[in-house]
Amino acid sequence: MGYNIGVRLIEDFLARSNVGRCHDFRETADVIAKVAFKMYLGITPSITNWSPAGDEFSLILENNPLVDFVELPDNHSSLIYSNLLCGVLRGALEMVQMAVEAKFVQDTLKGDGVTEIRMRFIRRIEDNLPAGEE
Amino acid sequence: MADEALFLLLHNEMVSGVYKSTEQGEVENGRCITKLENMGFRVGQGLIERFTKDTARFKDELDIMKFICKDFWTTVFKKQIDNLRTNHQGIYVLQDNKFRLLTQMSAGKQYLEHASKYLAFTCGLIRGGLSNLGIKSIVTAEVSSMPACKFQVMIQKL
Repeated sequence: MGYNIGVRLIEDFLARSNVGRCHDFRETADVIAKVAFKMYLGITPSITNWSPAGDEFSLILENNPLVDFVELPDNHSSLIYSNLLCGVLRGALEMVQMAVEAKFVQDTLKGDGVTEIRMRFIRRIEDNLPAGEE
Repeated sequence: MADEALFLLLHNEMVSGVYKSTEQGEVENGRCITKLENMGFRVGQGLIERFTKDTARFKDELDIMKFICKDFWTTVFKKQIDNLRTNHQGIYVLQDNKFRLLTQMSAGKQYLEHASKYLAFTCGLIRGGLSNLGIKSIVTAEVSSMPACKFQVMIQKL
């Protein structure tokens, strides 16, 4: 579900935000945290834990609006409640030629202090035109 | 704060999610509608609690319906209901000439049969809201030409 939302949301985002092309993954991270999250969820997550190669980082959400008034019942304790966000990030970035992996590392619903989404850059997607089309 | 586009996208995914999780068929279609309607009901209950927190006590049924048409509708769909009619015997017809959840679909007749999927949640929303204000009702929706639609609210006398 999140993936499909992301695929469409990126259009809305680009139309609204006026940001240009990002030159590296660090810039992308900045835009995601400072522009996109702010625009849609009203929060600005912080970016930390860069991997030495610069292809992995963490988004730390101090408070996550999706989990307001939410508690996980005992029988669903392994549920990743906000996993939708990962799909949105993955779908949106895929539409701008970036294959990424997003997953939850910490979640306040599971008793962690903050919510952390780990993002990993996989590769740039090259435009492949179907054979026979210009 | 939460952007309008997000609501629309989430709603789309919710509908397709509910439909994907079951098999095809006439019976299943009804079941999906019920499921969406129930989700709407639950959300409506929650929303009305929040929206009415600071409003004055409602005078009567009509007053409540006006609130739904104006404040409630504006908060959820960014516009008011265009026309509210009643026969003063417990039936209200709310007409929205440009219903937000249908505006993204083609205006022709092509998708008319699919429109009900996208209205079920809203029917539940109204029913849930009314139910928490102490009014038991049945809400149905009909579309004759997109993106206009009518919601008929039948109040159930206790």
